[in-house]
Amino acid sequence: MSTLVVAEHDNAELKPVTLVVVAAASAIGGDIDILVAGGGCSAVADEAAKIVCVSKVLLADNDAYTHQLAENIAPLVAELGAGYTHVLAAHTTTGKNFLPRVAATLGVAQISDIIGVDSPDTFKRPFYAGNAIATVKSSDAIKVVSVRGTAYDGVAAEGGSAAIEAVTSVHDAGLSSFISEEIAKLERPELTAASIIISGGRGMQSGENFKLLEGIADKLGAAIGASRAAVDAGFVPNDMQVGQTGKIVAPDLYIAVGISGAIQHLAGMKDSKVIVAINKDGDAPIFQIADYGLVADLFQALPELEALL
Amino acid sequence: MKVLVPVKRVVDANVKIRVKPDKSGVDLTNVKMTVNPFCEIAIEEAVRMKEAGTATEVVAVAVGVSACQEQLRTCLALGADRAVLIETDVDIQPLGVATALKALQEKEQADIILFGKQSIDGDNGQTGQMFAALTGMPQGTFASEVTIENGKAYVTREVDGGLQKISTSLPVVITTDLRLNEPRYASLPNIMKAKKKQMDIFTPEELGVDVTPTLEVLSVEPPPVRAAGIKVESVEELVDKLKNEAKVIP
Repeated sequence: MSTLVVAEHDNAELKPVTLVVVAAASAIGGDIDILVAGGGCSAVADEAAKIVCVSKVLLADNDAYTHQLAENIAPLVAELGAGYTHVLAAHTTTGKNFLPRVAATLGVAQISDIIGVDSPDTFKRPFYAGNAIATVKSSDAIKVVSVRGTAYDGVAAEGGSAAIEAVTSVHDAGLSSFISEEIAKLERPELTAASIIISGGRGMQSGENFKLLEGIADKLGAAIGASRAAVDAGFVPNDMQVGQTGKIVAPDLYIAVGISGAIQHLAGMKDSKVIVAINKDGDAPIFQIADYGLVADLFQALPELEALL
Repeated sequence: MKVLVPVKRVVDANVKIRVKPDKSGVDLTNVKMTVNPFCEIAIEEAVRMKEAGTATEVVAVAVGVSACQEQLRTCLALGADRAVLIETDVDIQPLGVATALKALQEKEQADIILFGKQSIDGDNGQTGQMFAALTGMPQGTFASEVTIENGKAYVTREVDGGLQKISTSLPVVITTDLRLNEPRYASLPNIMKAKKKQMDIFTPEELGVDVTPTLEVLSVEPPPVRAAGIKVESVEELVDKLKNEAKVIP
């Protein structure tokens, strides 16, 4: 048994979610190799080589892979993955983009967004917005699996000393090209990596009012999220969305402000360790899962909260 | 240009689903079914392409049980020109759907294939990308803006932390994200007209494909229930609890 983990990175740094995927690979058992595919990404390979329980780092450093275009990455992962029993990647927008393409190229199913490993061929995954958990068994020769970023605690980033091997095969499909990227400059932690998140919903009433969350976020070192209702209403951009079709998070503290608690939102945050809800409607479903509920007008409660922190 | 829009019949997003007591699956008896919301966005985008003169024909296709005809009629009422049902009672999985659609694409030769990015029941998010792999097409996933110009597709993609713009050759697979558009409602005259539009039905066997799943669902369970906590009376009490009881803030 052997697993190929596809590293998530930005050509400069390894993303911490890779450590979670390696943890899932450890739960499966057997040898673990990591593929670092990118352009000018040798520093990432050096980082990957230090991860504990990694046997080998495969480095595919070529311009064709710089922007993780699925048309180029997928055939590479499929070619290398054919020699393994498992191919794992993170269930992020990058993994979601290329991994199903890998699975179809290999002619096997993909098991998406797993939250647990029962055995090398049996996995647990949520569906129906997390309202049901399926135990799924694969009869495919190669198991292609995407791992939820909150499924496991990441393995140690230091302590290993794997060999780095260059991969020479280049797949440049010539079907797609990268034009540009607008990555929001974050003064705050990223949603999926934050230990505290404060999110606003429709109750915020406007994008302008999200400023009320900013002061608190700054004091707590928190990330700011939003419900789909707030995104739909145009208050904030989509990349702030926490929920079934947005980001799945599990911070130590999640503060839901003006969020009623639609099942789609709960699907994205109910694994948080401590949940606080601030809502003026005492019957809002969010209170059914909140550890601490405060029935109050958020426009009064938020400035008070900021002053007390 | 022809646009093919695969759509899925799913449980309505507002339904609170229940897991069957014998853990064999989710109870779908007498539950309201609709077009998957992301597929509805795909239909809307295709119809807008036709209205803008980019597309000449919009074909909606579903792969699944006979009752999918209801959702296909909805798509016809929303502006699709005709529909195809690939009918099967198999509990079909993404790779099977992609394989069946590939066989249909060989007949249809569509230039743009617009999928929803994920279905709200299976939450797999695989079918569009798998179809792209099987047909060797490029893909623009999680699209929030699509422009077709000079034989190319320009796609703005919603990625973690921001937006990415790519261009691809045609034919292309696009999967829709939430902000691509806001779907219209079907008008009564269009619902009436939709009843007369063409709907062809094939079986996977007629298309010469095998859609047998390779994943077996051993059991389905409800998620662990999170118990409600307490209500605090004031912001002071909240901060005190967070500091001294939960110890999650300094």
